[in-house]
Amino acid sequence: MLNKTGVASKDLVLSRFFDEKVLARPKAILECYEDIPCNPCSTSCPFDAIHIGDNINTQPKLDPDKCTGCGICVAVCPGLAIIVAQISFDQAIFKIPFELNPKPNVGDIVDGINRSGEKICDAKILKVTLRKSNDHTALIEVSVPIEYLHEFVTVRV
Amino acid sequence: MIEKDVLIIGGGPSGLCAASMLLESNLEVMIVDRGLSLGGQLVKQTHKFFGSKDQYAKTRGYDIAKILINQVLEHPKVEILQEATVLGLYKDKVATISHENMYKKIKAKTIIVATGASEKFLAFENNDLPGIYGAGAVQTLMNQFGVKPQDEIIMIGSGNIGLIVSYQLIQAGIKVKAVIEASSKIGGYKVHASKLRRLGVPIYVNKTIKKAIGTNKVEAAEIVSLDENFKEIKGTSEIIKTNGICISVGLAPSYQLLDMVDAKIGYIPELGGTVPLVDQKHMSSVEGIFSCGDNIGIEEASSAMMEGYLTGLYVSKYMGQIHPNYEELTHKYEQALNVLRSGPFGEKTSKGLNKMRELMTDVK
Amino acid sequence: MRIHSHPILDFEEKEDITFMFEGKQMVGKKGDTIASALVNLGIDVFSYSIKLNRPRGFYCAIGNCASCKMKVNGKPNIKTCITKLEPNMVVERQTNKGEYK
Repeated sequence: MLNKTGVASKDLVLSRFFDEKVLARPKAILECYEDIPCNPCSTSCPFDAIHIGDNINTQPKLDPDKCTGCGICVAVCPGLAIIVAQISFDQAIFKIPFELNPKPNVGDIVDGINRSGEKICDAKILKVTLRKSNDHTALIEVSVPIEYLHEFVTVRV
Repeated sequence: MIEKDVLIIGGGPSGLCAASMLLESNLEVMIVDRGLSLGGQLVKQTHKFFGSKDQYAKTRGYDIAKILINQVLEHPKVEILQEATVLGLYKDKVATISHENMYKKIKAKTIIVATGASEKFLAFENNDLPGIYGAGAVQTLMNQFGVKPQDEIIMIGSGNIGLIVSYQLIQAGIKVKAVIEASSKIGGYKVHASKLRRLGVPIYVNKTIKKAIGTNKVEAAEIVSLDENFKEIKGTSEIIKTNGICISVGLAPSYQLLDMVDAKIGYIPELGGTVPLVDQKHMSSVEGIFSCGDNIGIEEASSAMMEGYLTGLYVSKYMGQIHPNYEELTHKYEQALNVLRSGPFGEKTSKGLNKMRELMTDVK
Repeated sequence: MRIHSHPILDFEEKEDITFMFEGKQMVGKKGDTIASALVNLGIDVFSYSIKLNRPRGFYCAIGNCASCKMKVNGKPNIKTCITKLEPNMVVERQTNKGEYK
């Protein structure tokens, strides 16, 4: 499916997610589903939580015990394939990469978008960070209703 | 007649990396480049690169260009001719060059041809209408000159270039109405495709453009569906309004200079089509004329850089002024190339390179 | 049309360059090639093909395809996509193979 549409199936996405207990703290979801020669996520993680190994074609694997959800890998991934997810009461909170203009403002309610580019819910912007070390990739912290935990992937401003 | 140890034709990633190794070996190098700036196609790449640390992973293309250029720019033994076109190449290692409205001649002991590749074209009715661009050309317009080609684009081809340029079009505020792919699956990295789908860009496989419609410029495109044999399925035609079409159907090695010296050329589809043949040390069938980068096989910039470093190292040995860290560096870069080519995306290239080795052995 | 706001690149405001195109005065920017200045002005047709007089425009941007060749300051067959725009340049379309007088 992914090969024909560019959209990961629900099963594929779930295979990278963690259960509710683990997501009480923010964790990186590595949506890298293909063997391509690439490893900056692994080499940039300050907590050694992402494993690839010597053959850099291997898909990265996250150790949720080591991951703090800091979001460094989110900004570093050349494919923008990583998001950080966390559950907080009835909200799912994400850190997503964003490389478009205009950037949303904190407090804005924008469209919450799924992997097929469709609006699925409203999303509230909690934080917008543009750090020099992230080289023009903004990190946006956003919350959506918890039922969209596995569907939400980005915002449309 | 200007005399040099090594003449490098092409100042893109491959040529620049070769130059840095040769300069470290204390050889006199001249780099001749046709463009307005060194860096080849890197200067307009705004996305972060893949690969590993040695290939500057997570660094944006234009920053990688700056790094590679800085490695050679201030070196006392390098001479760089910018906006200089090599008009002729001769077997006795003379190159004739048009530069600053003057005709110059260079004689080198060794030549490295690193001229890269050019975009392939697609045959369809009215494919010569204004408003139809190569995808790389649109990238140049947007990212180098800050100019929008049109308001909206249909992208033909879903390889990495088609997918990346589509994303960059959106970043520049241009609408991408669709990505059209003739085969039954998306050609490039799926992460690039996923980025586009999130942004609401439809990707259609098993489709192609049959006709561009318009009088003085593009106004619409006729898209048809294809069966598994790439034959049009009757009755599936649809017209999509657009004022821009990008063609991204692959790159072809720019082998013409090597053809001028009667270097052996082969046809290897896995490497992009007509391609000059080189041996394991990147020497063509003409003594003392080497080649590297996309010119001898279409890959990614990361491979072009590694090939450039290796060719520089091999040439230093060939010329009897071997690089001080020859063993360590050749091992490192050869390993890196193997890893880059060992995944599923490297299968095609590996197959092509095997064919090249066979053809080259026949030649010798 | 110029891109003013870009999420990755900084496009600084550059100085204007005036030039002539088909007898009319036009404005480009420092750093433009002749071709990029024309595309920015919305000029799509750069030339007409020799036999069938079909309109041709900007295609490859790096000097390979010859679709952008124009007469510049009286010299024909100039690849406008890799030629820097200079003040007071006279740029004209050519409909033939180009004559150099």
